[in-house]
Amino acid sequence: MFSPTKRSWLKAAALAAVTVLAACGKEEPPPAPKAPAPEAKAPAPPPAPFKAAWVYVGPVGDAGWTFAHDQGRKAVEAEFGAKVATTFVEKVPEGADAERVIRDLAVQGNKIIFATSFGFMEPMLKVAAEFPDVKFEHATGYKTAPNMRIYDSKFYEDTYLAGIIAGTVTKTGTLGFVGSFPIPEVLRNINAFTLGAQSVNPKIRTRVVWVNTWFDPPKESEAAQSLLNGGADVLLQNTDSTAVLQTAEKNGKLAFGWDSDMSAFAPNAHLGSAIVDWSNYYKKAVRDAMEGTWKTERTVWGVKEGQNDLVKIAASVPEDAKKKVAGIQEAMKAGTFEVFTGPVVDNTGKERLAKDAKADQDWKDKVDFYVRGVEGKLPTAK
Amino acid sequence: MLRLEARPQPSAAMSIASPLIALALTAVIAGCLFAVLGKDPVRGLGMFFYEPLNTVRGVTEVALKATPLILCALGLAVCYRANVWNIGAEGQFLLGAIVGGGVALYVTTHGIAAPRWVLTPVILLAGIAGGMAWASITALARDRFNANEILVSLMLVYVAQQLLNYLVFGPWQDPQGFNFPQTKTFVTEALLPSLVPQSRLHIGFAIALGLVAVFWAFMFRSWRGFQLQVGGLAPDAARYAGFSARTALWTALLVSGGMAGLAGAMEAAGPLRQLTPHVSTGYGFTAIIVCFVGRLHPVGCLFAGVLLSMFVIGGELSQSRLGLPNALTGVFQGLLLFLLLACDTLINYRVRWRGAHHRPAAAS
Amino acid sequence: MNEVALLVAATIASGTPLVLAGLGLLVNEKAGVLNLGAEGIMLVGAIAGFAAAFHSGSEWVAFAAGAAAGMVLAAGFGVLVIWLGTNQYASGLALSLFGAGFSAFVGVQYVGRKLAERSTFEVPVLADIPFLGPALFKQHPLAYAAVLLALALAWFLYRSRTGLVLRAIGESPDSAHSLGYAVRWIRLAAVLAGGALCGVAGAFLSVVYAPLWVEGLVAGRGWIALALTPFATWRPARVLLGAYLFGGVTMLQFHLQGAGVQIPSQFLSMLPYVATIVVLALISRNPAWIRINMPASLGKPFHPSA
Repeated sequence: MFSPTKRSWLKAAALAAVTVLAACGKEEPPPAPKAPAPEAKAPAPPPAPFKAAWVYVGPVGDAGWTFAHDQGRKAVEAEFGAKVATTFVEKVPEGADAERVIRDLAVQGNKIIFATSFGFMEPMLKVAAEFPDVKFEHATGYKTAPNMRIYDSKFYEDTYLAGIIAGTVTKTGTLGFVGSFPIPEVLRNINAFTLGAQSVNPKIRTRVVWVNTWFDPPKESEAAQSLLNGGADVLLQNTDSTAVLQTAEKNGKLAFGWDSDMSAFAPNAHLGSAIVDWSNYYKKAVRDAMEGTWKTERTVWGVKEGQNDLVKIAASVPEDAKKKVAGIQEAMKAGTFEVFTGPVVDNTGKERLAKDAKADQDWKDKVDFYVRGVEGKLPTAK
Repeated sequence: MLRLEARPQPSAAMSIASPLIALALTAVIAGCLFAVLGKDPVRGLGMFFYEPLNTVRGVTEVALKATPLILCALGLAVCYRANVWNIGAEGQFLLGAIVGGGVALYVTTHGIAAPRWVLTPVILLAGIAGGMAWASITALARDRFNANEILVSLMLVYVAQQLLNYLVFGPWQDPQGFNFPQTKTFVTEALLPSLVPQSRLHIGFAIALGLVAVFWAFMFRSWRGFQLQVGGLAPDAARYAGFSARTALWTALLVSGGMAGLAGAMEAAGPLRQLTPHVSTGYGFTAIIVCFVGRLHPVGCLFAGVLLSMFVIGGELSQSRLGLPNALTGVFQGLLLFLLLACDTLINYRVRWRGAHHRPAAAS
Repeated sequence: MNEVALLVAATIASGTPLVLAGLGLLVNEKAGVLNLGAEGIMLVGAIAGFAAAFHSGSEWVAFAAGAAAGMVLAAGFGVLVIWLGTNQYASGLALSLFGAGFSAFVGVQYVGRKLAERSTFEVPVLADIPFLGPALFKQHPLAYAAVLLALALAWFLYRSRTGLVLRAIGESPDSAHSLGYAVRWIRLAAVLAGGALCGVAGAFLSVVYAPLWVEGLVAGRGWIALALTPFATWRPARVLLGAYLFGGVTMLQFHLQGAGVQIPSQFLSMLPYVATIVVLALISRNPAWIRINMPASLGKPFHPSA
C-alpha cells in the first residue's frame, strides 16, 4: 500500500533535486574564453581572442597521431599568446557524432576548425556549408569547399629514409610492417619503406600484417611478434602505440618509432623515429585565417617544410647509411628528391611508373598496390 | 544495523521512484567529481542535463541520437523479459546497416530511379531482414546446439565488424574515393525523409515513437507477449501451460535482431548517408543499458534512450566547453546503472533498522 | 620448424591472460555467480597494475595491485548481487561499463609512460632443448603459474572438501544453506577470488604483454574469457585448452597474413571468433553434458528462506 512514508519523501526529494539543478543551470553565464576578459578601464579594450578548435579522433595522450596534432596546437598557443584561444575535443567517433561536435564548435564562435582524421571529411563538409565565414581544415582527405581546405603530410618521405637504414642493418633481408588499414597513405608508406631498403639492397622483402585498427597495443604486439617469428628483423608500423617497438626490444630485434620520438621506449631496438610536426602548418593556417589570406587549397608538406623527418637515428647505424640518409634529407629539403621515381613495378609484375618518371600527386593519391618485394595481396586490389 | 525485509508485494511507487533516486544520486556523485576536478559542479551538471536541450537544434540532435538506442532497447526488452540474453545487438545493428545500406548503395550505383516513398520502406525492411538473419545464427546455435546465446551473439559482433570492414575496404568501396574505406554517398531518394527541417532528424524518430506504442501493446496486451514473459519469469510454469520455449527463443531473437537491424539501416541511410567502418558508436551495447534503465518497459526505454543520449552529448559538450575528460561519460553511465540496480531492490525489499536480532535456527 | 616453435610460444603468451581470467570466472560460476563485468575488472586491474609498476618498479607489486583492484570492484558487484539480489547480468554489464570509464579516467596520466626495463625469463636447462625450449620454456613466470593454477583448481574443486562445498553451493544453494553453510559469504569469497584473478590478468596485459597503458587496452579479452567457461564445460583444465586455442588462432591469422596468404585480412581477423562459436556449438551439442557440468544455480539470486 502506498503511504506517505520515507519512500514518498525520497521521491519528492529526488524530483526536487533534479529540478533545482536544472534551474541552476539556466542562470549560468556563457562560457568564458580562455584568454583574459577585456579590462573595463583600458582606453581601448584588446580585441577578443581569435578562436581556433581542433577535433581529434583519439586521446591526446596516445603518444602518437593525436599527440602530434596536439603538440601543433600547443605551438599555436605559444606563438600567438593571448591573441588566440584554442579548444579541442578528443576521441570523437568518425561517424554521425562528428557532425554534431564540429557544428557545436562553429556555433561556439570558433573561426577555424581542424579535423584530424579522414573519417571527419563528410561531416565537416556538411557543417562547412552552413557556416560560410568559418574556415574548415581537414587532414588526410580529398574533398574541399570554398571555406574548407585539406592538408596532409609526406610520411612516405620518413619511411623511405627509414627503409634505407633498415635495408642496411637487416641480417635476414626481411623487413616487417604492422599496418593499420589498407588505405593509400599506409600503402604509400609501405612502398616507400621497401623502395628505400631496396635502394641499398635490391633483394629486400617486406612482410605486412594488418591489425585493422589504429590503436590496440596488445594486438600490435602480437602482430609484431608474428612478423618477427616469420623472419623479419627490422620493423616499422603505421599504428599509433609504442607496442611494436617494445616487442622488437623484447626480442632483441630492431624497429622504428612512429609519429613521435619513441627512443626512450626501446634503448636497444630503436633505430630512428619517423615523426610528424604539425606546428609550422598550424601556425600558418591560423595566421592565414586571422589575416584574411586564407584560400582553399591542398597543402602537403614533408621534410622540406620541416613537417616530417626521421629523427634520433641510433648511433649503432653504420656511417655509410647515415651519410646516405643525410644526403637524401638534403635533397628533400632542396625539393629535388622524389621518393616515387620510376621504374616502379608492383608485386604482380605490372609497371606502375616508367623509368625516370616522377609520380604526381594524383598517382600518389591513388596508390592501391604493393611494390615488388612486398609479400601478399591487398584486400582492395582491383 | 540495516536489514532488508521482503515486502508483501512489490511497491508500485518505488518502481517509478527508483530510477529517479538513482539519477539524483548519480547527479550528486557527478557534482562531487566535477568539484574534485576543479570545475563548477552546477555548470558541469548543466552540460549533461540542460545544455543538450537548450536549442531546437539541440533537441533534434538528442532525438536523433536516441532513435537507434530506443529501437534496439525495445527489441532487447522483449528478449530479456523472455530470459534470452542477447548481448549481440551491436552485431545485428551492423548487419542491418550493411543490408539496408547495401540496398541504398545498389540504387545509387545502378542509377535506379525510384521515388522515396518506395525506397525508404525497402531499405528499412532490408535492414530488419539483415538484423534478423544475424540474430537467427544465435538462435540456431542455442536451439540446435544448446550454445549459450550470450557468447555466440557476442562473438558474432566481432565477426560483423570485420565483415563491414571487408566490404567498405573491398567490394563496396567508392571507386572515386581514393581508396578510403567508404562507399559512395547515397542518392537523395535513398535517404530517409527529414522530420524537422533544418535539422538532421529523420522519420526514424517518429517510427521509434510508434513502435514504443506497438511494443507496449505486444508486451502487455497480446497473448504472445504474455507467453514470452511467463516463459522468462517461470519457465516451468510456461512449460506446463504448453508455451513453447523454442518459439519464445526464436521470437525474442528475431524481434530484437530485427529492431537492431532497423536501427542500423536508419543510421546508414539517415545521418551517415553512406557506409563506413564507423556506422555504430556502440549503440548495441549502450542499448542494453537503456533497456535496463528503462526497466524493460517500452515507455521506460523511450525515456532512458533520451537520457543516455543526453549523457553522450553532454559528455561532448563538457569537453569542448569545460575541458572535462572524455572518460567521464562512461563513468556516469556505469554509475547510473549500478545505482539503479541497487535502488531497484527497494521495490521488493524495504530497509529497516534493527538492533542485534536473534535469528531462529534455520529449519532443515 | 623454428617458426612453429615460435608460434607455440606466442600462443602461450597470448593465452595466458585468458587462462587467468577464465579460471577466475570459473570459480565465480562454480559458486553460481555469473560475472559479466570481467572486462571492466580486467581494465581496472590493468591500470592499477601499470600504475603500481610505474611507481614501484616491481612486477610482482603490480600483480598484487591488479589483484587488489579487481577484488575491490568484485566486492561491489558481490554485495549488489549476493545480498541485494540484483540481476546478475545487468550488474555485470554495469560493472563492465563502469570499469571501462573509470580506468580510462584514472589512467589519463599514465598514457605514453614507460615502465622500467625487465629481464626476460627462461627456465634453466630446459630452455636449451631444441624446439621444445623456445616453444615452451621461455615464457614469463606467470604463464607457468597459470598452468599450475589450473591444475591446482582442478584438484581443489574435485578433490577437496572446500571445493565440494563450493560446487554444492553452485548446484543447490538452498540445500547448502539448510546444511548450515554460510552460502552468501562463500559466494562472496568466490567472487573476490574471481575478481583478483581477472585483475591479475589485466595487470599482466599492461605490465608484461603490451607493456603500456591506454584506455581500452583489454580490447574484449574479458568477453573472450567469459566465453571460455562454457566452452570448457566448467572444468579448469579445459579452460587452458580453450585459452590456448583462441590465442593460437589469433597468432595464426597474423602469421598467415605475414606469409602472404591470399585471404583478405578481415576474414582472417574473424577466425578466432568464428572458431570459438564453432567449438562452443560442438561442445554444447549434448544437452545432458551441459546439464551435468553447468552449475545449476548459475545466474540465479539466492535468498535465505528463514
